[in-house]
Amino acid sequence: MLTYVLRRLASIIPVAFIAVTACFFILRLAPGGPFDQERALPPAILRNLRAAYDLDQPLVIQYFIYIGRLLRGDLGPSMVVQDFTVSQLLALGLPFSLMLGLFAFVIATVAGIAAGTIAAVNQNKWPDYVLVLVVMIGLIIPNFLMGSILQLVFGVYLRWLPAGGWQNGSMAHLVMPVIVLAWPHAARISRLMRGSMIEVLGSNYVRTAKAKGLGERLVLSRHAIKPALIPVVSYLGPGLSYLLTGSLIVEQIFSLPGIGRYFINAALSRDYGLVLGTVILYMAIILVLNLLVDLAYAWLDPKVRYR
Amino acid sequence: MTDVLNVRDLNVSFALHESEVHAVRELGFDLRQGETLAVVGESGSGKSQSFLAIMGLLAKNGRATGSARMGDVELVGMAPGKLDAYRGKDIAMIFQDPMTSLNPSLKVKTQLAEVLVKHQGYSLDKAIKESIAMLDRVGIPAPERRANAYPHELSGGMRQRVMIAMALLCRPKILIADEPTTALDVTVQAQMLDLFKELTNDFGTALVMITHNLGVVAGLADRMMVMYGGRAVETGTVDELFYDPRHPYTLGLLSSTPNPESRARRLNPISGLPPSLEHLPEGCSFNPRCAFRFDRCLVERPPLEPVGEGQRRKACFYEGPLVAEERSA
Ligand SMILES: Nc1ncnc2c1ncn2[C@@H]1O[C@H](COP(=O)(O)OP(=O)(O)OP(=O)(O)O)[C@@H](O)[C@H]1O
Ligand SMILES: [Mg+2]
Repeated sequence: MLTYVLRRLASIIPVAFIAVTACFFILRLAPGGPFDQERALPPAILRNLRAAYDLDQPLVIQYFIYIGRLLRGDLGPSMVVQDFTVSQLLALGLPFSLMLGLFAFVIATVAGIAAGTIAAVNQNKWPDYVLVLVVMIGLIIPNFLMGSILQLVFGVYLRWLPAGGWQNGSMAHLVMPVIVLAWPHAARISRLMRGSMIEVLGSNYVRTAKAKGLGERLVLSRHAIKPALIPVVSYLGPGLSYLLTGSLIVEQIFSLPGIGRYFINAALSRDYGLVLGTVILYMAIILVLNLLVDLAYAWLDPKVRYR
Repeated sequence: MTDVLNVRDLNVSFALHESEVHAVRELGFDLRQGETLAVVGESGSGKSQSFLAIMGLLAKNGRATGSARMGDVELVGMAPGKLDAYRGKDIAMIFQDPMTSLNPSLKVKTQLAEVLVKHQGYSLDKAIKESIAMLDRVGIPAPERRANAYPHELSGGMRQRVMIAMALLCRPKILIADEPTTALDVTVQAQMLDLFKELTNDFGTALVMITHNLGVVAGLADRMMVMYGGRAVETGTVDELFYDPRHPYTLGLLSSTPNPESRARRLNPISGLPPSLEHLPEGCSFNPRCAFRFDRCLVERPPLEPVGEGQRRKACFYEGPLVAEERSA
């Protein structure tokens, strides 16, 4: 088990390396640079700036400088937000983004599993049809549109919830962002859960459990849920990446102080260091959480053994 | 001897998109305390569905009517919640496929002990101890270790033993075994049948053995019931039916089975195909395949009626001698 974790961690390194390299060069392919402005800077100042950030070096040299710093844990300075390092900016936004992401992830996963189970148990009855509708809405409407609709309805017309911002840090500010983020994730999970639960409920071992007279509740909670979760857990990894990328946009829509606020601006203003830093941070989070997801497998499916 | 189960006029039908399939019709039989009743018949003759109906385990589109009384408890139509007081305790069932009938994600001991916790109110510790004793009883070596295993770590024969142990934990009055050995090696099959015989004897449990295999019937059962097209067509003791079959279908089954004791010299498979339940022929369902049919069989359905004195019954109008070699069809 421990050796499995170590091996998995080791296998992350080449993946991470390739991803960083790809991002580094793709970013530079995009036209424009961090110091392009409406009114061009005087050439002397521009030259100094570029030298300060090593942008005057050949691209390959810049790459090795970046990797060298990265190995020492240094993500470099931000090129646009003056006087801040990338690490400082990420550290400013990270707690909020993690909180938002975690809330949405947990709520969506639990709600998706519960909804999928209820729909499976009531297959082809009204709860099942309601779920189909809710799932469709979550999958069809993109998050920026959903966010705007909710802002208009609940924030502007009904005034039940703040339309955005995080001034006094009350949970009310989180309700709509969490819904927007969680909805598509919950929709996908509930669909997976419904399908696998229907299959499990028709399985021979559930028939055995019923034949033992265990009662519906025990049959469901002890015999059906665990095996039905297996395909759901395999989706949690990819699902999490969807959710995290969604959070960058949702934070922007609702003017929330997370990493997303910097990321969108950084991408638009070609703040190479900040974009790369954000990508690396999210990649690390996703890789580690994927590892946790894989470990959850061992508990759900005893046939999987980690060696 | 007292009866532990009385089934009368049991019907099972399944709703399809626009039609209905009647899988079991007007089935009636009695099961006596401690006896072994074999239920035989071709695939699709309604053997499994009859007993799934009694256990309240029909598929969602299935519906059972009629009566199946266990003492003074009526099982047909009972709400699942109430039925759970009897299922697994007084009446237990073992299924054909031991590879998929145990839950892959739970340890063997969990799946056994929960039965005792539910029906006998044992503490988990006591239930596990008792479960291990039962695993020992069904001939599982190193039962403590096996109890801590997951099903996929056991062989097919071992898993079927676990199923038997699970079914017998509460020493039920009735054990229904639906082709319990079909999926196993021939050598394991024989051991398993001995085990059934020994345990149901010891516990005084009445056994219903659903099977295709007349060898199993001969070695194990006291009485047998032959089913065709959802109905019982002949019932009686194993000796009666084996040595003196009165229904042409029973004769056909016997002559299509390699059995040194049977009268038939060569194997005579029954000609024709099993009937489609949706288009059963007029009159006797067996008539298209029957070598002994006459006019009446084509228009009127023979009821299941006593043959002479005693308990045997058949559903056939033909009263002459049945001899396999004379079959003309
Ligand atoms: N859910 C269902 N919907 C429709 N028809 C069904 C359903 N379940 C069973 N049947 C039909 O009921 C009939 C009887 O099935 P049953 O399982 O009792 O046969 P069997 O005698 O046990 O055969 P086998 O020896 O193959 O197990 C079959 O023709 C089958 O097609
Ligand atoms: Mg069957």
